[in-house]
Amino acid sequence: MDNKIDIKARIAAIDPAAVWSDAGDGMFRIPVSSFRETAEMLRKEAGFDFLRSLTGMDWGEEGLGCVYHLENTSTGGTITVSTADKDRENAALPSVQDLWKGANFNEREAYDFFGIKFIGHPDLRRLFLRDDWKGHPLRKDYDMALNPLNMKNEVSDDDAPSYEMTPDGSYILKRHPLFEEEEYVINIGPQHPATHGVLRFQVSLEGETIKKIDAHCGYIHRGIEKLCESSTYPQTLGFTDRLDYLGAMQNRHALCMCIEKAMGLEVSERIQYIRTIMDELQRIDSHLLFTSCLAQDMGALEVFFLGFRDREKVLDILEETTGGRLIQTYNTIGGVQADIHPDFVRKVKEFISYMRPKLKEYHEIFTGNVIARERLIGTGKLSREDAISFGATGGTGRASGWACDVRKRHPYAMYGKVDFEEIVLGNGDCFDRYMVRMKEIEQSMNIIAQLIDNIPEGEYQMKVKPLIKLPEGSWYSAVEGSRGEFGVFIESRGDRYPYRVKFRSTGLPLVSCVDTIARNVKIADLIAIGGTLDYVIPDIDR
Amino acid sequence: MKRNVNIKSMKYEDFNDNEYIENMLRELRENGTNVIVGCLDEVIEWGRSNSLWPLTFATSCCGIEFMAIGAARYDFARFGFEVARSSPRQADFIMVAGTITHKMAPVLKRLYDQMADPKYVVATGGCAISGGPFKKSYHVVDGVDKIIPVDVYIPGCPPRPEAMLYGLMQLQRKVKAERFLGGLNKGISEKEYERQMRADTNTAEDYKEYDESGLA
Amino acid sequence: MFDFGIVTNWIHTQLASVMSESLAIFLECVIIGVCLLLLYVVIAIIMIYMERKVCAAFQCRLGPTRVGPWGSIQVICDVFKMLTKEIITIRHSDRFLYNLAPYIVIIASVTAFACIPVSRGLEILDFNVGVLFFMAASSIGIIGILLAGWSSNSKFSLIGAMRSGAQMISYELSVGLSILTIVVLTDTMQFSEIVMRQADGWFIFKGHIPAVIAFIIYLIAGNAEVNRGPFDLPEAESELTAGYHTEYSGMHFGLFYVAEFVNLFIISSVAATIFLGGWMPLHIPGLDGFNAVMDAIPGFIWFFAKAFFIVWLLMWIKWTFPRLRIDQILTLEWKYLVPIGLVNLLLMVIVVVFKLHF
Repeated sequence: MDNKIDIKARIAAIDPAAVWSDAGDGMFRIPVSSFRETAEMLRKEAGFDFLRSLTGMDWGEEGLGCVYHLENTSTGGTITVSTADKDRENAALPSVQDLWKGANFNEREAYDFFGIKFIGHPDLRRLFLRDDWKGHPLRKDYDMALNPLNMKNEVSDDDAPSYEMTPDGSYILKRHPLFEEEEYVINIGPQHPATHGVLRFQVSLEGETIKKIDAHCGYIHRGIEKLCESSTYPQTLGFTDRLDYLGAMQNRHALCMCIEKAMGLEVSERIQYIRTIMDELQRIDSHLLFTSCLAQDMGALEVFFLGFRDREKVLDILEETTGGRLIQTYNTIGGVQADIHPDFVRKVKEFISYMRPKLKEYHEIFTGNVIARERLIGTGKLSREDAISFGATGGTGRASGWACDVRKRHPYAMYGKVDFEEIVLGNGDCFDRYMVRMKEIEQSMNIIAQLIDNIPEGEYQMKVKPLIKLPEGSWYSAVEGSRGEFGVFIESRGDRYPYRVKFRSTGLPLVSCVDTIARNVKIADLIAIGGTLDYVIPDIDR
Repeated sequence: MKRNVNIKSMKYEDFNDNEYIENMLRELRENGTNVIVGCLDEVIEWGRSNSLWPLTFATSCCGIEFMAIGAARYDFARFGFEVARSSPRQADFIMVAGTITHKMAPVLKRLYDQMADPKYVVATGGCAISGGPFKKSYHVVDGVDKIIPVDVYIPGCPPRPEAMLYGLMQLQRKVKAERFLGGLNKGISEKEYERQMRADTNTAEDYKEYDESGLA
Repeated sequence: MFDFGIVTNWIHTQLASVMSESLAIFLECVIIGVCLLLLYVVIAIIMIYMERKVCAAFQCRLGPTRVGPWGSIQVICDVFKMLTKEIITIRHSDRFLYNLAPYIVIIASVTAFACIPVSRGLEILDFNVGVLFFMAASSIGIIGILLAGWSSNSKFSLIGAMRSGAQMISYELSVGLSILTIVVLTDTMQFSEIVMRQADGWFIFKGHIPAVIAFIIYLIAGNAEVNRGPFDLPEAESELTAGYHTEYSGMHFGLFYVAEFVNLFIISSVAATIFLGGWMPLHIPGLDGFNAVMDAIPGFIWFFAKAFFIVWLLMWIKWTFPRLRIDQILTLEWKYLVPIGLVNLLLMVIVVVFKLHF
């Protein structure tokens, strides 16, 4: 708390109008006029180098604004600041994308959803919706009838707009061409076997070498955050499974944790055990699929089938207890859907003893393969600074030497009490990103092995009122998803429905750093980089 | 003429929607069939039904299950669905696995147009059938049948691989019941085809119209 | 070893006795042509079926099982499907070249296929520069691929075609060098003669070290020559969707597909012919009983067994290895295979000059 008081004083020194509000996790509300200065101080002097989450907000009367969740990666201190512009028609905030690179895509998202103009942002196009979309859907006053299904082929803009402030306080719109006339631009995606879904890259080529990449998201943007606003809290749970379907357990865990935190509900130890084991099983499942897909993208089909063979074993275990193969719908507010299956403990143990030797098979056939090594080692380097700045968490960040595991940074569930190693490698290339995942499978098995025999007796579902209302305030909680920090931000106005729910996508920072990583590499490397970054598109688009 | 729409090692009665297939058979053969054409037809349909190649197309969760039916345990290669083609030109059916959003809809339509005839569409999972849990969203197409004609619906969220295999067998039955030769397959002239194609395409003027409003 | 030349000569004399000599030869040409195409199709079907079953076995799957016993007529279904599929004409494409390209590929493939001696007396094209002719015929296919990529007005196709141009022309060199190594050993360029010289031992044994090196280089380069994994860059599924034939549909795509598989067979059978003795049985000097048993097996069985063994080997590699990158492919060829091939050729010359071979 000392840290917070210190920061409080420093923020007040910049602008005395900044207020600390205590509701929920608490946050600083900073006036727009001094926000840029405060942000610079936080980034450069106070060392908040990791932008965990940037959430666009529609506060109605108070205007449109943003909530920034920041973290200092060296001390682990966190802070939440927010700012808002009262002018709803022409809301404009200063851009912070030069302080945190990860803000680039997040600000485009906020522009897309709320129509907030970020002054000084070099490329303020829509991120998810079509360029010809009318209105901004996450505003409270958005009219659903405004945009009927448009079957015209989308012609995307050739130039990126940016807004700059003139000395007299008005804004001027500038346009910068994305690609030059003579560049050879190809489209990779949205329907392409190696984009893992419907992501689209516009790639400028010189021969086989990539000169520039422009990522287009939104082909699977389902508007989950808006849907959540009209769902009761238990209803919102269903959407999380469908965000990152390879982290269904973890995503739902995060949302449940956030709601429980807001309710002040403490879940029993048995639930914590079950949730932790399930999360780790899910992680193994996800990492196996990662290996399969990476190998498939690189042309080694045999490994793809090995991965799926072993993955089916995890799915069998999950299915027995949860009833689902992919979408588990298992965690609930204050517990889990059903108690573990009587065979669960035995099956999990069997699986672990089956899986440990099988991992060697992967190393023999793929890790040790001379072609795989040649293609992965040294390819697509991401420096530690960039990883932090982009907020590229998960295996990607850890491969770059950034110890970003939420399980260690902010332990939740049983992670504070189990003994496991956080895999941190240093090269930041494709091979390290691959190895991090392979080693994490082992660590996940270690965690499960420590817990599986000691699951305490107790309730699997706490007593929760059927009608859940959260007090006023805002909360953020995060779990280590299969591919990075998955965070949930809830703002409540004391209703049965959340006022605003924001999911911190694990994949969006990963996609935003593709352009940085994949410049001056070959097309084939882009595929390997995409494979090792391991993003899941529905998680990016939400 | 009785047509064989059986699937190996699966009883006729075990299938749902037999009525639909029977209706289809009756309708297509109302005026009787030439013996030679009929036999030839049968051979062709037998071949086609056992060699349906999917397009590797997936937008979300169902796509992973689609991968799972290609993998070792479910192995749809057994049925001849083996060669998943990445190029729509070479695929026989498109499995719409996952939610289709407003931004994706024209792309899906274009993919469908790019496929070579005869082509089929399988709508997989709640999202593709009706919008599923996202039906009320501002950006989700509630049912791909609004955009492209669907042959088989496979419900589920996501459907189990077994359900997908069953759905694909239904597609096989449907293909077997079809008539390839004899009147129904009359193509349109190339000029007419070009005209229809152009009607779908954006013109430059169309785009200009909403260029200004898009960013105002 | 049974000489099929007896049969063919008998047919010729019978025909000549009922009609004029030139008419008889014309008729024979037609019959041979038909037989060649039939064999081509049969080999294609066997190859595709084998590919499916072999890759299924490597991937813990079953492969096709539904049509025919063990799914053995699966490929026939595919043929029906392909034949009835629409052939799409692409707008803004060069229609003539676009339609021509698959036929160039298939003609090159058939011509190269005709060079292969299947058994004694069963050679279709067999003349004194057979090896040279084979090399020339098989390299026409590249033109087809380049045209396909260029004419279909698609960027993916174009990149695929450029890749294949760079790759196949480079690797032709290594294929040529390794075949040349054997030509040095045999001092003949006639395929039937090359096989005959292996009666007392296959070249891979007779030529020992240089022959083994040449064999390995040939397998690598041959694999690259037919665009099979790990050298399948021109059609790299996960990078270029389908590479140079992205825009082809129906039977035009079918021709590319068939040619790819038969080319794999051709490369394998040439390897079998020049390194593993073609239709010559395995003889071990001194073991007369063993040799007699081996002789009892007909030559074409020997030939197909060897060829399919190499096919199987290459399939194994394809399904296991990840794909190379374009610069790695060219590095491998120009910095490793070509220099090694040249040195190896020199080594073979030394071996031959000093009679160090068996």
